[in-house]
Amino acid sequence: MMTPSSFEMPNLLPAVPEIFVLTATCVILLADLYVRDDKKVITYLMSLATLVGAAVLTITLHTGETVLTFSGSFVSDPMGDVLKVFVYLVTAAVFVYSRNYLIARNLFKGEFFTLGLFGVLGMMVLISAQNMLTLYLGLELLSLCMYAMVALHRDSINATEAAMKYFVLGALASGMLLYGMSLIYGITGSLDLAEINAAIKSLDDSKMMVASLGMVLVIVGMAFKLGAVPFHMWLPDVYHGAPTAITLYISAAPKIAAFAMVMRLLVEGLGDMHVQWQEILIIMAVLSMAVGNIVAIAQANIKRMLAYSTISHVGFLLLGILAGTAEGYSSAMFYAITYALMAAGGFGMILLLSRSGFEADRLEDFKGLSERSPWFAFMMLILMFSMAGVPPTVGFYAKLAVLQSVVGVGLTWLAVLGVIFSIIGVFYYLRVIKLMYFDKPVDTSPLETTADMRIILSANALGILYLGLMPGSLLALCVAAIG
Amino acid sequence: MLADLPLLSLVIWTPIIGGLLVLFFSKDEQAPLARMIALAVSVLTFLLTIPLWTGFDNSTYQMQFVEYVSWIPAFNINYHLGIDGISMPLILLTAFSTVLVVIAGWEVIKYKPAQYMAAFLIMDGLMIGVFCALDSILFYVLWEAMLIPMFLIIGIWGGERRVYATIKFFLYTFLGSVFMLVALIYMYIQSGSFGILDMQNMPLGMTEQILIFLAFLIAFAVKVPMWPVHTWLPDAHVEAPTGGSVILAAIMLKMGTYGFVRFSLPITPDASMKLDWLMITLSLIAVVYIAFVALVQKDMKKLIAYSSIAHMGFVTLGFFIIFAILENTGSTQGMAMAIEGALVQMISHGFISGAMFLCVGVMYDRMHSRQIADYGGVANTMPIFAAFMVLFAMANAGLPGTSGFVGEFMVILAAFKANFWIAFLAATTLIFGAAYTLWMVKRVLFGEVANDNVAALKDVNKREFFVLGVLAVAVLALGLWPAPLLDVMHATVDHLIEQVMHSKL
Repeated sequence: MMTPSSFEMPNLLPAVPEIFVLTATCVILLADLYVRDDKKVITYLMSLATLVGAAVLTITLHTGETVLTFSGSFVSDPMGDVLKVFVYLVTAAVFVYSRNYLIARNLFKGEFFTLGLFGVLGMMVLISAQNMLTLYLGLELLSLCMYAMVALHRDSINATEAAMKYFVLGALASGMLLYGMSLIYGITGSLDLAEINAAIKSLDDSKMMVASLGMVLVIVGMAFKLGAVPFHMWLPDVYHGAPTAITLYISAAPKIAAFAMVMRLLVEGLGDMHVQWQEILIIMAVLSMAVGNIVAIAQANIKRMLAYSTISHVGFLLLGILAGTAEGYSSAMFYAITYALMAAGGFGMILLLSRSGFEADRLEDFKGLSERSPWFAFMMLILMFSMAGVPPTVGFYAKLAVLQSVVGVGLTWLAVLGVIFSIIGVFYYLRVIKLMYFDKPVDTSPLETTADMRIILSANALGILYLGLMPGSLLALCVAAIG
Repeated sequence: MLADLPLLSLVIWTPIIGGLLVLFFSKDEQAPLARMIALAVSVLTFLLTIPLWTGFDNSTYQMQFVEYVSWIPAFNINYHLGIDGISMPLILLTAFSTVLVVIAGWEVIKYKPAQYMAAFLIMDGLMIGVFCALDSILFYVLWEAMLIPMFLIIGIWGGERRVYATIKFFLYTFLGSVFMLVALIYMYIQSGSFGILDMQNMPLGMTEQILIFLAFLIAFAVKVPMWPVHTWLPDAHVEAPTGGSVILAAIMLKMGTYGFVRFSLPITPDASMKLDWLMITLSLIAVVYIAFVALVQKDMKKLIAYSSIAHMGFVTLGFFIIFAILENTGSTQGMAMAIEGALVQMISHGFISGAMFLCVGVMYDRMHSRQIADYGGVANTMPIFAAFMVLFAMANAGLPGTSGFVGEFMVILAAFKANFWIAFLAATTLIFGAAYTLWMVKRVLFGEVANDNVAALKDVNKREFFVLGVLAVAVLALGLWPAPLLDVMHATVDHLIEQVMHSKL
């Protein structure tokens, strides 16, 4: 028992990036008060600088070793560092893509950026959590920011409705998660993930029962956050209702954090119950791939279509995790990172086409894009083929890695189901390409964009192509990060 | 000096990089420049393939011009290239066909000509890569990547129902290949290598072999295409622009049959033996039933598409009849004849089907119709063209002296060693093939001039004459003197037969 006199300063070094983001965001929050509405670009640049600074700190402090701090409730490890760097990267891209859209809708305000950065902080805490409380803290910080961001456009009925739905269902999911955690805490007597894992090994059957119930509730909570079937109902409505810039934010980086949450809770905390959670994950993965891919075909709104596509990608991500091997985890990590890059590019394209008073969120709005802008039509083509998993794009390797880990544990039939659903999925991605290339444009006005957005979005799509030609380094990074 | 160059990489990447270069000249006023660059790149690629032939060592089955670079170490995936007597002729055929396609589309393609040329050049590199790849994931990546330019070619420059046709094409072929991917991953898990040569040497149990064989079968059967998964081909051919049809028929279909000899036979020899009845049945259905279907077509392109399916049936028949030959005669000589006949048929069909589609293209450019009924008496107004078309039609029907005869004859002859009735059914193609091809020629070329449109037709120009002339030379040369092509194959085919006879159980 620690007495106040024996209080030791915890090792702050592993948490320096978090402390930096927190401080910088508070500074931005205050500074923004003094920035005139027409000078909000200052806030924007400060936010980008915060992300760059955090990336620099994370990379320079990266040791390749696992360091625990704050009484073992916070960890800095290779997996966390890699994931965090991609969170910064994707979020920075999100900020750049969102600028014009927000300006055109009079939403280019400090709130978007501060909430976004607090969300990033939540993701970082979530990624580094080594204790169920830290994990819950990070998750709630992220979730609260996202609820508020969805409602940011307060005059829009759709956005308000989406925010309500998101909040109610999200709170319900958090409740489930918390209840599951409390059961596990009750039975193991610890909140620390490593201790939980050790304690579960020695549980007798009756206690195991309670632990299993806790595990099920934890999985339900996580499935809500991930958007896995049958807990996916909120996802299409929120993606559709939220302003596209917010949809972009929600769809990209938080998926990386969600992967980390699953890794920390299921693998590090409940790794010993792998046999039990594997079955649940198999069912959720198959249902997610089925529902996501099939229902996406029926969508006329591209945001909804991409929402269902997200659900199907979550199914694939779960495939990697349920394999339960190091290869499986690293393949799921690769999948999460590449998916976040693809989602950022995909929603970025919608933002590129939108302008004041025009959302560009219907599929028809992509008609004849190859006439209007051959370059960006080509970029969208890369993104769509990557989401469909067609080589030579990185989406193929993500699927390859996951399938390989699934076959590696003898679940070949699951791999076959996975590829069958991905064939179904190809259809709706092809339809977008069909609209862009084979149809004549309805709307021939030139694209209204800025140079920075063009450059970053092109880099995003070309990066996906490059990773498709040279996936070795990122794959090796993921393999090394899982260890 | 040539031997030191990474020739295969050059042959793969020259057209791909050239194709990307052409894309930079996509403004309408730069079209002539784009065409010139495309022609230069395609000719350069073809020239680069010639040292592959001249420098090829006929006496060994070992892979030649091998390149090996580690690509994705995490999964032991390597950039491993190499060619043998089976793939080398196909590479030459690919590069050759691309040159012709570029010339054939010269002034005909008015909408986005630069993108059109670029798509074909990129596809050229990808297709050559498929024939060179010795790593199964590299093979798979190129195999799938190839679909993207073809999807765009049919969808952008195709006919009226192009969207339906191209999506059907993409989904069918994608559907087939993903099962192959699972099979490849399974073998990687078992053997620790994605190398095709390693897979050929790994032991596999009977159940595994059968499942892997079926997975390969779905992938390759769609591509060949074999009955009953052939329905995408007539649609794709009809809607594709002429160049697309040529590449589809001349090269893409060969990939399916190439897959059988590169993957199915050597990797799963026991399953191939066990399931050879299935393959023979499907092949004979293609040869006989599809020939009847071809007979009743009203659309020229559709007719040639169905005739392609029938001819490809010969190739698969040649590959899988070998087990019956072995059982019947006990000698490997007949087996070699069957496989070599099938391989010759692949090359020959590349020339003939390409030529037939170009002939239809020549007429379509003038009349904008593919319907047989809209023509009649074309020989009166286009005598030179008619001469070419009759030659190609004869070759398609398998007339001795043309390349079409050599392969079919060898396969039929070998089939007689296996079973009289199989050979008999296969031989009916000589009758049906002649029937549907020559009947079409009769209705289109001969007779009275059918209408004013036909009366106004102009004969082939220099460009068209060149393209058709080169193909005519190729068809005749291969028909009269196939020995050089057969010499290239002997060692590789003998080795393949050894592999097939060596049980993996």
